[in-house]
Amino acid sequence: MNIVLSIFMLFGLAAIAPFVNQRFPKLSGWLLSLVPAGLFVWFLSKIPAVVQGVSISESYPWLAAMGINFSFELDGLSLLFALLVTGIGALILIYAGYYMRSYQKTNRFFGYLVFFMASMLGLVTASDWILLFMFWEFTSVSSFVLIGFKHEKSAAREAALQALLITGLGGLALLAGLIMMSLPYGDFGFDAVINTPELFLESKLFIPATILILIGAFTKSAIFPFHFWLPGAMQAPSPVSAFLHSATMVKAGIYLLARLHPVMESQELWIYTLSVFGVVTMIVGAWFALAQQDLKKILAYTTVSALGTLVLLIGTSTAYSITAALVFLLVHAFYKATLFMMAGNIEKKTGTRDIRKLGQLSRYMPVATVISLLALLSMSGIPPMIGFIGKELMYEAKLNAPEAGNFILIMGFLANAFTVFVSFRFAYEVFWGKSVAFQKPPHEPDVSLLTGPAVLVLISLVLGIFPNQVADLLGPAFQAILPAEQLIKLKLWHGFNEILLLSFLTVLLGVVMFAFRAKIIQVVSYMNLNFFNAKLSQKFFSGIDVFLSLTKKKTAVVQHGYHRFYLMTIFISAGLLLLLTTNAIDFSVDFSWHQSPLNYLIFLAAIMIIAGSVVVITAKSRLLALIATGFVGIGITIIFIIYSGVDLAITMVMVETLTVVIGAMVVYYLPKYLDYSGVGARIRDGIVAVFFGGVMSYLALQTTSPEGMDKISAFFAANSYTKAFGENIVNVILVDFRALDTLGEIVVLALAAIGIVSLLKLNAHKKSSR
Amino acid sequence: MNVLIALLIGFLYAVSVYLLLRRSIVKLVIGILFLSYATNLMLFFAGGLTETSPAFVMASEAQSAVMTSDSLPQALILTALVIGFGVAAFSMVLIYRFYKETGTVDLDDLSDIEKL
Repeated sequence: MNIVLSIFMLFGLAAIAPFVNQRFPKLSGWLLSLVPAGLFVWFLSKIPAVVQGVSISESYPWLAAMGINFSFELDGLSLLFALLVTGIGALILIYAGYYMRSYQKTNRFFGYLVFFMASMLGLVTASDWILLFMFWEFTSVSSFVLIGFKHEKSAAREAALQALLITGLGGLALLAGLIMMSLPYGDFGFDAVINTPELFLESKLFIPATILILIGAFTKSAIFPFHFWLPGAMQAPSPVSAFLHSATMVKAGIYLLARLHPVMESQELWIYTLSVFGVVTMIVGAWFALAQQDLKKILAYTTVSALGTLVLLIGTSTAYSITAALVFLLVHAFYKATLFMMAGNIEKKTGTRDIRKLGQLSRYMPVATVISLLALLSMSGIPPMIGFIGKELMYEAKLNAPEAGNFILIMGFLANAFTVFVSFRFAYEVFWGKSVAFQKPPHEPDVSLLTGPAVLVLISLVLGIFPNQVADLLGPAFQAILPAEQLIKLKLWHGFNEILLLSFLTVLLGVVMFAFRAKIIQVVSYMNLNFFNAKLSQKFFSGIDVFLSLTKKKTAVVQHGYHRFYLMTIFISAGLLLLLTTNAIDFSVDFSWHQSPLNYLIFLAAIMIIAGSVVVITAKSRLLALIATGFVGIGITIIFIIYSGVDLAITMVMVETLTVVIGAMVVYYLPKYLDYSGVGARIRDGIVAVFFGGVMSYLALQTTSPEGMDKISAFFAANSYTKAFGENIVNVILVDFRALDTLGEIVVLALAAIGIVSLLKLNAHKKSSR
Repeated sequence: MNVLIALLIGFLYAVSVYLLLRRSIVKLVIGILFLSYATNLMLFFAGGLTETSPAFVMASEAQSAVMTSDSLPQALILTALVIGFGVAAFSMVLIYRFYKETGTVDLDDLSDIEKL
């Protein structure tokens, strides 16, 4: 068992998942979850080794010459993510197995979902930038089909396309950035840049590479101003949101930032960009979560806020902040996956996700209520859930932030208070609040639907009380991000200090806001509508439209559809290129004029060629033009005869005759030999023609005729009779030395004949069928 | 004579380009014929012009065949001639079919052929 095998097992599972679901529709979730669950256990068994600092790495040559290898490594950070992917993945599959029953075509859904899981596992264990990028794109593509799973709905298609375009754009930027980063090393392995970051940091491409990589990470992790695709992606079925949009895919960007942090931590560009975009995203996400009415949209915006928080914490780059980031990463994955699954359950049992149409659900589904409440407690950071520890650490990190600490602290305080408000609102409005007349009374969700949420909430609770259970795992991950420092010890109870006070005030503010919720939602909605109505999503699509129409215009200019302008472009550029590549004018050309009686024949040939061509160009009749063409051909035949090309001459005469005969047959059926061009067009074409002809003449003069024969011809001459018993060397070449070429030639003629027959024989399309 | 032949090559290319740039598809096909004339002559010219000594080797003097014209370009041109004939025949029938299907021989109509 090794890492590559684990990834391939998941890809293999993705291939058979549709058949499993087809065969065992009732059990498929449980059956499919066995594989990721097994992998989860295998990854768990690797914790001791990783804690002791043994790195588990595998490498297989791929494009070794370019420094690209199929290599994987399991360090603390990778292991943490691998556990999240496989662990939560297994729970999601159990959930999806039941949840997706009401959907059509679920077979492929499981294939997509497991494929995503495999890609995500590859992404977090790869230790080669190109390999990482490949898995990164796999996740983008599989998230596209998952978000657009309800493809009958245009909103789902649009959301899927938006997510694909944004993450795809970011993916391209990421690829460019990663290549730029690896250029100084000539190697795409992680080790190169992590062991000797100076080479990259001092290279000229540092700034563009960093910006491109950040664009890649920010688009993937829905960081402002790219955050809008995530709320849109709530069109996906709930298992997808619970898996991709809480714990895994959106964390891929965070993973990348954490991975690169040891390289970049000394750089102001990195630190400031992360801090600024982190803070903005944190507060923007929390603000927009306030007044949402759709349960999943509420969760999506709090996810945006959480992702911003994570970016900010990485950017703060202290022992406290990185510890907080790791803890919060886990905390958030646990509660957010739970809540997305619960939102899906509520929608399934009541038929709506609209918070205004829900209420009093605690009467109908007590177990679900308890699970949701615990998750919401964790989200608000209230003890004894692990969310509380996460929040304490965050405050500690912000208090100790090296720069702009106060501003960040205030923003973090507000964002947390907003989150508390949102949690209370979620809990109250859905489970208590007004009583709603449901069409049919909702009942407790089924066991399969509650297993995942229950397990995750239980972990949140246990880890909240015994946080050091997780410290073993977080320690090595911490080392991978910030090697110079140590993980801060995790405690539920810190004693009475300013941080506890801050936590208390946060909850207090959240509760006060909750008390005035009607007013607050009204004000926030009003402000959103009038001041913050950015409609980024619509702007994105209109931007795409503008781009498409520009491309159309550009294509219309370049691909105009007039064959003669394509040809003109080809001739002019070919002529210019030929001129460029030939040497300066070489006057050693042989202008000599040795007397020979044959010269008169050549003049005859020249006159035939010129006269025939003039007739071809000026002829008003097609038949005349065709005959004149044959006349020119005979002129060329004379040249062949004079200069010893006997076989050529014979062939040429036959070919010319046949061509004229066939032409005469066809010409009979064609309309008059029409002139379509005006005088201007003729002059223009004439100039192009004379230019190209001049270039070719010049080129011909530049061809220095070899003295005697080259080696190949000498070989043919020497062996023509001795080996092939033929006196005519040209013939021997055709039928003996290069007989295969001649066979090819015959095949071409046969194909042309078949083409001609089919063109003549096949019936024209019936006009009526068009 | 080299200069004369080189000028003839250029002339043939010029005629070919001029014909290829016409709108009439019949002229286009004749332009293709001229293009192959010009190119064959160019190849022939590049192989060196040798008067009155065809690439033959007599059984009696099999080992001393040095003074003949270059056989290799001739063999290449021979192939090209035959292929050129195939192309010419095919494209002529193609014009015929094109005219039957579309009712025009104006290539500018080709860009909005869907409307025809």
